[in-house]
Amino acid sequence: MAQNKREGTLVEPILRLNGEHVRAIHKASLSLLDDPGIFCFNETAAGVLNDAGCSVSSKQENQGVWRIRFPAALVEQSLESAPEKVVLGARNPKNRLVLDARVPEVYFGTGSETNIYLDTRKREYVCPNNTSLTLCHPSFHQERGSIEYLCQSAKLCDVLQQVDFFIRNVNIQNEGITPENKDVNVFLASLMYSTKHVQSGLVELDSLKHVLRLAELISEGSEGFPKNPVISFITCVIKSPLQMVDDTTEKLIAIAGKNFPVVISGSPQGGSTAPIEEEGMTAMINAEILAGITLTQIINPGTPVLYGAVPVRARLDTLHDLYGVPEVIHYNTDCIQMARHYGIPCYSTAGVGDAKVPGMQATIEKVFSQLFVAAAGAQYIHYAFGLLDKTNIFSPLQAVLDDAQIGLVRGILRRPVFTDKDILETVEQVKKVMDSKTRLFARHIRKAMRKGLVSLSYPFETRELEDRVLINAFQKLKDILSGPDNRLDETLIEKIYREIPGLLPRNFFEIPGIQD
Amino acid sequence: MADILGEIKKNLIAGRVDREDEGFDEDMVGQPGVTELVRQALEENIPPADILNEALTPGMEEVGVLFEEGEYMVPDMLASAECIAEATKILEPYFSGQEIQSRGKFVIATVEGDLHDVGKNIVSTILQASGFEVQDLGTCVKADDIVSIVKETKAGFLGLSALLTSTMTHMKETIDKLKEEGLRDQVVVCIGGAPVSEEFAQKIGADLYGEDAFDAINKLDKINAPGN
Repeated sequence: MAQNKREGTLVEPILRLNGEHVRAIHKASLSLLDDPGIFCFNETAAGVLNDAGCSVSSKQENQGVWRIRFPAALVEQSLESAPEKVVLGARNPKNRLVLDARVPEVYFGTGSETNIYLDTRKREYVCPNNTSLTLCHPSFHQERGSIEYLCQSAKLCDVLQQVDFFIRNVNIQNEGITPENKDVNVFLASLMYSTKHVQSGLVELDSLKHVLRLAELISEGSEGFPKNPVISFITCVIKSPLQMVDDTTEKLIAIAGKNFPVVISGSPQGGSTAPIEEEGMTAMINAEILAGITLTQIINPGTPVLYGAVPVRARLDTLHDLYGVPEVIHYNTDCIQMARHYGIPCYSTAGVGDAKVPGMQATIEKVFSQLFVAAAGAQYIHYAFGLLDKTNIFSPLQAVLDDAQIGLVRGILRRPVFTDKDILETVEQVKKVMDSKTRLFARHIRKAMRKGLVSLSYPFETRELEDRVLINAFQKLKDILSGPDNRLDETLIEKIYREIPGLLPRNFFEIPGIQD
Repeated sequence: MADILGEIKKNLIAGRVDREDEGFDEDMVGQPGVTELVRQALEENIPPADILNEALTPGMEEVGVLFEEGEYMVPDMLASAECIAEATKILEPYFSGQEIQSRGKFVIATVEGDLHDVGKNIVSTILQASGFEVQDLGTCVKADDIVSIVKETKAGFLGLSALLTSTMTHMKETIDKLKEEGLRDQVVVCIGGAPVSEEFAQKIGADLYGEDAFDAINKLDKINAPGN
């Protein structure tokens, strides 16, 4: 079982903060957790935290809120009990992820829950002055997210090599979807086609038991549940600045009580809901995440948690989210170091930009964060595939492009793997080649090629004097979507339909074709 | 008999020249490669024609298919081509020159003033593996010397390589000298190298421009040498 895991990319982490910075941020976060503390909107949490030794004010009736002041010792004790290692299962046990806070092994995955699915078609344009001159380019159409598109995305991401885990990335908006049945439909659509780890938030706490049963039914075919937890949860328990929201906190308490892996995620916006300065943002988001972690460890010491950092910056013209700027990378790399300092695996953010369609802007905005956040050694990087217009659009074409980009990023960050024996062998190789007639090393690179140590050229390159990257990527997308999938077995689907209430009819889970 | 021919073919596909060659699998080191196996086959009185026709040729064809399918890359192709070249050297005496079907004599050189030979060496190796009798003159070869060798060997093909814009002019000089010597019609002139192009080939009166070794082979397949 221990050997059955997906290989991530082991990196030599770059450091942005020095030891003094880390200690100072930690101290500042503890100070914030003491004063002003957390404004808590959930009564259960207020009670639990009060019993654990926090100072909890009486309910401030006009705001419906308890003010919680966390003693530093309680926070630090909670950090001790949070596990360093978190295992996330998968339908195919070879896709299990072992996230170890002390090991900078990087995995990339999807997210967020986008409202818009960017349908892509190929168009040929003819020059009006010279009809022999043509240009192929994709055209884009915004579609409402649906179960069918979530299924399509799950299939695509199951095939894409660089996608290590699948966070539901399409907001299903079909007629018939209600808050009560949304969770089971989201998880089934994802698990129907993904053999990788599946993660999502929960809309309704009451759905938890059905979602867990669904995962249990699916896990029976692999290595059992909860030994192989094919699903886990994200909880945005904190609304910045420093507020613990009512309904998500209730869900977090329930999930922690069941000892399920859970992300404690905070997403402050530097410049509006958090300080814009690096040190202020990091101290505050860190305080927010520590508050969530502390709650889980009080509820159930040892709850597997991920340190969820989703910091963003405000645009200066509209105060909307802005991802494609250096500060967001600074915020994220700082958080990765804080998570490592605490010995908790880090859920981080990379690959988000502000471009609305695939192209040069999207590439530039994405690639720097994909590279630097991974270089900092985050174990679990979400938002990395297909996102456009911040987190509003999922583009399958962009996901294909991101897959190629992340392949390059992994190649760049690969650690040196040679030994003394390898050095001696390579010296011998040089001697051998110098004795040969051609003095060419080409034939000797094959071992490294087969070991995956030799990167290939950019897969969507064009050799002529034109840029066909998008069209070449579109062809790959078409090939994947018209190719085979790992859909759940029909007998299992029937069993699921007999046991799980609220699922929309089976035809909703068919994958739509892709048009030229 | 079938076993050893199968082993030769297998090692050719793995691109292992000899027992020191790891191919792409470390575990193979120490096991006989193509040259040892060919010698062993000859000692076992296996007819040289069988070695050629039942092991080497089908092996190289399979390598070609793997290359076409994208499974093999140029380094794999080169390794197998090197195996063929070494095996051919061992077999040559047994054929007395008549039974191995040569595709023609091919003189190849990097032109005067240019020391670059990587591309020329790759092309040379692939040409040998494709059945040409290659005479590689090396680098920085003067036009007069090239023409003299073409005349002496009665070669049907001439390959000229250059990497520098300052040396590519010697290609035209060589072709002009072939004309002066009355040899131009008996030799197919192929050119290649980073600064040259199809247009340049036409401009200087070359017969063929090869973008790379495989492009050159494909184009040569469609040409019959005048002198062969």
